[in-house]
Amino acid sequence: MDLYEYQAKDLFAAHGVPVLPGDVASTPEEARAIAEKLGQTVVIKSQVKTGGRGKAGGVKLADDPADAQVKAEAILGLDIKGHITRKVLVTVASDIAEEYYFSFLLDRANRTFLAMASAEGGMEIEQLAVERPEALAKVPVDAIEGVDLAKARDIVAQAKIPAPVAEQAAEVIVKLWDAFVQEDATLVEVNPLVRDPQDKIIALDGKVTLDENASFRHPAHADLVDTEAEDPLEAAAKAKDLNYVKLDGEVGIIGNGAGLVMSTLDVVAYAGEKHNGVKPANFLDIGGGASAEVMANGLHIILNDPDVKSVFVNVFGGITACDAVANGIVAALAILGDEATKPLVVRLDGNNVDEGRRILAEANHPLVTVVDTMDNAADKAAELAAAGV
Amino acid sequence: MAIFLTSQSKVIVQGMTGSEGTKHTGRMLKSGTNIVGGVNPRKAGTKVEIEGVSLPVFATVAEAIEATGADVTVIFVPPKFAKDAVIEAIDAEIELAVVITEGIPVHDSAYFWAHAVAKGNKTRIIGPNCPGLISPGQSNAGIIPADITGPGKIGLVSKSGTLTYQMMYELRDIGFSSAVGIGGDPIIGTTHIDALAAFEADPETELIVMIGEIGGDAEERAAAYIKENVTKPVVGYVAGFTAPEGKTMGHAGAIVSGSAGTAQAKKEALEAAGVKVGKTPSETAALARELFQAR
Repeated sequence: MDLYEYQAKDLFAAHGVPVLPGDVASTPEEARAIAEKLGQTVVIKSQVKTGGRGKAGGVKLADDPADAQVKAEAILGLDIKGHITRKVLVTVASDIAEEYYFSFLLDRANRTFLAMASAEGGMEIEQLAVERPEALAKVPVDAIEGVDLAKARDIVAQAKIPAPVAEQAAEVIVKLWDAFVQEDATLVEVNPLVRDPQDKIIALDGKVTLDENASFRHPAHADLVDTEAEDPLEAAAKAKDLNYVKLDGEVGIIGNGAGLVMSTLDVVAYAGEKHNGVKPANFLDIGGGASAEVMANGLHIILNDPDVKSVFVNVFGGITACDAVANGIVAALAILGDEATKPLVVRLDGNNVDEGRRILAEANHPLVTVVDTMDNAADKAAELAAAGV
Repeated sequence: MAIFLTSQSKVIVQGMTGSEGTKHTGRMLKSGTNIVGGVNPRKAGTKVEIEGVSLPVFATVAEAIEATGADVTVIFVPPKFAKDAVIEAIDAEIELAVVITEGIPVHDSAYFWAHAVAKGNKTRIIGPNCPGLISPGQSNAGIIPADITGPGKIGLVSKSGTLTYQMMYELRDIGFSSAVGIGGDPIIGTTHIDALAAFEADPETELIVMIGEIGGDAEERAAAYIKENVTKPVVGYVAGFTAPEGKTMGHAGAIVSGSAGTAQAKKEALEAAGVKVGKTPSETAALARELFQAR
């Protein structure tokens, strides 16, 4: 789960990382009130989970509370790369002497963590990595040894952060490591990490990604979910413990296993090229246990998507037996009743497939077509979606 | 022969007495796996009857090895306790630890991997979040269905469980030396490269099928490895061409970040290394069949 900047900074502050005072506002009036409280020049920053806010007009200085209200009014509602600004961060404007870059992230290739740091911050890190790779220090971090002050000093030295603030930067890096580990983050990024004219080190921006697999030991992280910004279908799926991602096509997809479902999306997209360019409408992995209830929940979500014109159920029975899946489909259609209005193409293979196909044939539901291979089923589902568009 | 797992393997199950553990221990036994016991400190000293086999329960992996000579452990313990279970297996210096558990925090996986490295990599880790591996006709360590196909000359390595099953099914007439599900998490023990190296060295394997998916750059690194080190024909498949940027597609590791980790980049890297890459699982199987018959 990606956090908003204000959430990332709250988390930084809780771990002793220096950030500037500020608060988050949902209305121009709230922004004005926060600016009044801060009593000095402020920055109004769009809170969206994407980069390039400054260029898009999502970051503005405000001289006084009245100005803060005007600027917040302009930024709230702003669309930045498809992300609508619902909140702004109102924070003290800082004088900047120098900008640095810092992050902790996963190093998948080496199965460990990586610290990345540079004395040249501010710009997009991907750009820095391409244009001046020698300016970006990449330091592996052992998951057991972690980052103590000595390690942090080594990182700071490799990043060539200037001597007058080196020790302070090292101390901040140790605190960022604490935040990274104690919050089960997979990314902690500060860009820029600034040196102000008084030689103070401050995290001026923050980007944090939390590991949802670790939520069992962080009950408080549930409060960080922005339910308003969630896609309503994704939220409904999550409430039913379904692994669902909304996409922009017309063919609803249900399958078992993440890899097979990803593959199903691709096969449907290829088939769609021959049928009016229809595309997959979603990713939905019902996992190993395809009980009638799980199948009904999945179908319910997909049939409630107004974009969906046909549904492709693609199951390879491994642990799950195909007869159980077939019974699940039949029972799900019975549970859904009149709600089920769109054609279903079903492909079953694997464990007990003959019995599964027999059950579907016997049920003879008018909406269900059974097709024997994944490719042919994808083609049929695309054809039906194109006809229904 | 086969890789990592043979008819000689003696297998224990950590979490055998839990519901998943019991179910899959039964399935493994039915498919001929030599299971010699389980581990659960609270039930140590007792025996559990599964599929008509009476299996001893030990307090620790070390005790299980001592008593049975086990060299493989299959781990079914819940995510909360998985880190400790893997560390216990590493400390006991068991040769192979297969971590089936899905949903382990990535900091825990990074920790047990660092522990394995610090202990000199005596334990091969497969997973986590994987279906395990099967050497058909010999042994089955994990949850891969044993009845899809039999022994043969194809080696398969895959990030995905159900795509492993699908590919075994498509090529069931040829059969497999071993099929290894390495898992869909961002941090995994055994990689595509490890499996490719083992298949290259395995005299029984004559063709390799490699299945990847979006996220990370394991497939690109595997491509570079193949170019330099693999002489056997390799056929590839990559899932996730239609995955949108920034969304996790089911597997914790399956995410396109910016322009990194795309299926297209992986396909291109594999093709540049001389790997034939199928557009769909069935096309991939057809390519494999063609190469197999032409070998």
